[in-house]
Amino acid sequence: MDKIKKRLSFILNHKPVTVEVEPDTLLLDLLRETLGLTGTKRGCGEGECGACTVIINNEAVNACLYPAWKVENCRVLTVEGLGTEENPHPLQEAFLEAGAVQCGFCTPGMLMSSYALLQKTANPAESEVKEAISGNLCRCTGYVKIIEAIRKAAQKMNDPSISKRKEV
Amino acid sequence: MFEKYYKPVSLEEALSRLDDSRGRARIIAGGTDLVLQLQNREIVLDAVVDITAIEQLRYIREEGGMIKIGALTTHSDMAGSPLLKRSASLLSEAAGNVGSLQIRNVGTVGGNVINAQPAADTAVALMALDAMARVVSTAGERQVPLGELYRPEGGTALDPGREIVTEFSFYPPANGGGSGAFNRLARRKAVALPVFNTAVVIWTDQDQSYLTDARIIMGPVARIPFRAREAEKVLTGNPPGEHYFRLAAAQAAGEAKPRDSYLRGSAAYRKKLAQVMVLRALTKAWDGLEKRG
Repeated sequence: MDKIKKRLSFILNHKPVTVEVEPDTLLLDLLRETLGLTGTKRGCGEGECGACTVIINNEAVNACLYPAWKVENCRVLTVEGLGTEENPHPLQEAFLEAGAVQCGFCTPGMLMSSYALLQKTANPAESEVKEAISGNLCRCTGYVKIIEAIRKAAQKMNDPSISKRKEV
Repeated sequence: MFEKYYKPVSLEEALSRLDDSRGRARIIAGGTDLVLQLQNREIVLDAVVDITAIEQLRYIREEGGMIKIGALTTHSDMAGSPLLKRSASLLSEAAGNVGSLQIRNVGTVGGNVINAQPAADTAVALMALDAMARVVSTAGERQVPLGELYRPEGGTALDPGREIVTEFSFYPPANGGGSGAFNRLARRKAVALPVFNTAVVIWTDQDQSYLTDARIIMGPVARIPFRAREAEKVLTGNPPGEHYFRLAAAQAAGEAKPRDSYLRGSAAYRKKLAQVMVLRALTKAWDGLEKRG
């Protein structure tokens, strides 16, 4: 039996996309291999490390365990949709300023998990930050700087005058 | 991994897709367990039937004195549910301990139970709540007590190529003068399988002078979530409080048959753990009852 591809339409990083996808393709492979969005990382490949975290309709999920066909008509946000080098998201600014990045492999997932948190909770307590990133492993810096960065980003987002970001 | 991906919008369509696939298809909801099993070739399939578009299977509501939870309800839904926090906090707590936030946002209660792991947190809690599962197939529907969803030797007793669990229902303990608690130990606080977990519910008479009934469920101490019936009997008819809680916890540890495990610790360690954890859970459940007065 041949695998029959499906034309899959969804919103990726604020823009509509349509791609042909095999039935057993996982979202992580669709993003990285088909669409060339390699910001989303493959770490453990089994939902333990969170390096592949993306946002689907406001919820953080592990793209490595997520069948691609599930995203039809959904809104998918990856780190590429968060900000750019010229116009970084307050979270990205804060990660740089706080020194929350060392090797960088966990960073996209950390950013997406914290983005999902800040969308729901504008002023998270430290415990809420810790819970939000508890599914994201960092093996370099430890979590102190990361937690600091996320709380700093929350401040920036609550007071836009602190952030350099231009709304586009 | 598989050749066909069906995404029915009705239960009828999902059931006929299963039937048509003659046992070579499985239901997928969150997929957080199934995708791994498929990747590791523990299961080989022709097709998966994704039921997440059947939105009417995702709810938590109170109806006729019972709490009813649709099989597609996610762990995040349960962990954050005000109704569960108020009326069955052992279940919302159990759900909040599963995997990571990313897993809880996607993984469903139906999947957690049907995957039939001996320490599935929500299954352990649902069993303590005497939950019933509504099971449907093209042949009709039936209500199955949670404990009967498992084969004694392990694994689900349902036919996963033909049947779908659509709902779990139970009476909240407080309605019958009861109170429950959940307790878990893992190597880390997040993304860690339990070394041991337990859910208990105790009921007393109106004066809270003696225990009228009890449920003590533990995992992973057998091939399936394990009900410590002898320990329950130690409690029934006796006054609540430390003395009988200690006796019951010791009895529960005696009934537990954990295996030596490099990941989860030795059998001897986990039998000791069972005693401590069950005692703590019973004490917590009793605290809840005493506060209610």
